[in-house]
Amino acid sequence: MKAMSEKVLFQNYHPDRPATFEEYCRSGGYVALSEVVKNRSPKELRQSVAESGLRGRGGAGYPAGRKWNAIREQSPFPRYILPNLDEMEPGTFKDRVLVNTDPHMVIEGTILAGFAVSAQKAVFFIRPSYELEAKLIEKELEVARKAGFLGKNILGSDFSFEIVVHRSGGRYICGEASAQVNAVEGKRAHPDKTAHMAENGLWEKPTIVNNVETLACVPHILRRGGAWFKSLARTKAGAGAKLYCVSGKVKRPGCYELPMGTPLSEIIEEQAGGLLPGSDFKAFLPGGASTALMPGKFFHIQMDFDSFTEVGHRLGTGAIVVFDHKTCLVAASLNLIEYFARESCGFCTPCREGLPFIKDILWRIENGEGKETFIPMLRDMANYMSHAYCAFAPGAASPLEGLLKYFEEEIREHISQRKCPFKEG
Amino acid sequence: MINERAWAKGLHWVNNHMIPEGLRKELEARIKQADHPRECAVDVMYTVQKHYGYLSDEAVQEVASLLGMTPLEVDELATFYDFIYREPVGKFVIHLCDGVVCWMFGEESLMNYLCRKLGVKVGERSADGLFTVLPTACIGYCDYAPAMLVNGIPYGPLTPEKIDEILDQLRIEEPEPVIDR
Repeated sequence: MKAMSEKVLFQNYHPDRPATFEEYCRSGGYVALSEVVKNRSPKELRQSVAESGLRGRGGAGYPAGRKWNAIREQSPFPRYILPNLDEMEPGTFKDRVLVNTDPHMVIEGTILAGFAVSAQKAVFFIRPSYELEAKLIEKELEVARKAGFLGKNILGSDFSFEIVVHRSGGRYICGEASAQVNAVEGKRAHPDKTAHMAENGLWEKPTIVNNVETLACVPHILRRGGAWFKSLARTKAGAGAKLYCVSGKVKRPGCYELPMGTPLSEIIEEQAGGLLPGSDFKAFLPGGASTALMPGKFFHIQMDFDSFTEVGHRLGTGAIVVFDHKTCLVAASLNLIEYFARESCGFCTPCREGLPFIKDILWRIENGEGKETFIPMLRDMANYMSHAYCAFAPGAASPLEGLLKYFEEEIREHISQRKCPFKEG
Repeated sequence: MINERAWAKGLHWVNNHMIPEGLRKELEARIKQADHPRECAVDVMYTVQKHYGYLSDEAVQEVASLLGMTPLEVDELATFYDFIYREPVGKFVIHLCDGVVCWMFGEESLMNYLCRKLGVKVGERSADGLFTVLPTACIGYCDYAPAMLVNGIPYGPLTPEKIDEILDQLRIEEPEPVIDR
């Protein structure tokens, strides 16, 4: 066990303000970019990132190197990077904290991603709740431009790259890559499964959508090597440092940088200060609202992608939401399903019709109108969600699947007592 | 003021309440700078919304003509997004987060408190024209739950007392909205 883990993404953390451009440069910022544009080829850069084992931090965990390598040498131009700062997964706020900690780390990572796939332009996709962050990025982009890290012939090389900010109107589905492309193009943000991002993404051109935390890892990988990055993790299969969010019934909710694979118990007890006084640990969501509700028996699980796959679940964004013994999980699931039913883009039937149906059943159970037959019905409906057009509906069903798998007894109590056992009276 | 020619054609929603020339020029310049006019759709909606207070039917028409889109295409976007208001809203739009973490910390009772305090139902404008309360998808401030945005500015963790303070301050200071540029 490492006593004190090295801070990478939060190396310039100040509780009250973002690191300045100068501070970022003093800590080794823009060294990677300066070196890369002069001495390295895009292919070498892609290889380094592939070797580092970096996996996407937006929730899906897709290997970043593989995503970049999907753009072929002969693919058309212009090519685009979409740094994803939509972060609408409930419980998740790491990208907001990251951008407010070191905006230039994200900016340098974006430019490097652009170099890696020979792209010409990046479009920062930012949700309206993060207007303060949008303004911060716009301001810091100017600083980077003045320093010669953006624009035509960066640092005298033949690599030219631009970054602009796109403000979203605010809708969860915009986090999905193809929906995000539609959103930027000024179309209704429905997912489009016929689009292959590496071929026909934004404006029908090759496009890479990367979470901003993923991008922020890139300068470090290039400066210090893929093997170093991989060794940061606590697990063999894991790689790098990870930003974990903790919220819910804990003493110190917040965003903590720790080695990938840090056990959940350590994050909750040592970082977040344990549970609130009078609260006992009951359940958690490991990575936002579209992951499973999981019980106390997973309290010591290592928080990396593979550990969760092994037990049939997903790490998601690594945004831990903690529920205590006084919180009704049927009501919590109802809240989560209400969220997804409202955010559904409405394009396909399983999602548009199925989620409100599940919501109705859960509402009845929570309000004392539940029947024994509702349980298999919920199970069927959760399974049907896999027939939806995109990953939204299966994600939406995840907390419910956890509820059915691990907390069926709590549902039964609602049904047999004809009321919510957590409510007074 | 109704535009008589438009009225005669049955286009009674087109009136003389046009956006000012300066703003129009500014928007046209911004659109011209973009690689594709449509990518400015949300930006233009925000700006025009700020001018009218909300995105009225006339505003949808204006946005459409600026972007070379049909009003229907613009409305398809306007009705899709949480932060585009197709009905009149107060000067301060309160987006109270109803994500699961804020819910855990009593968002429902805060929503009732806000509505009672302002004498409104969800989505209505308060009698003084200052406030509208909207439930909103997780705003990404779970570490400050329960939280809300007022014209883009985050507040949290909230209690009824803090809400009183914030409302009183808004009534006095009336800061400029930050969500629109």
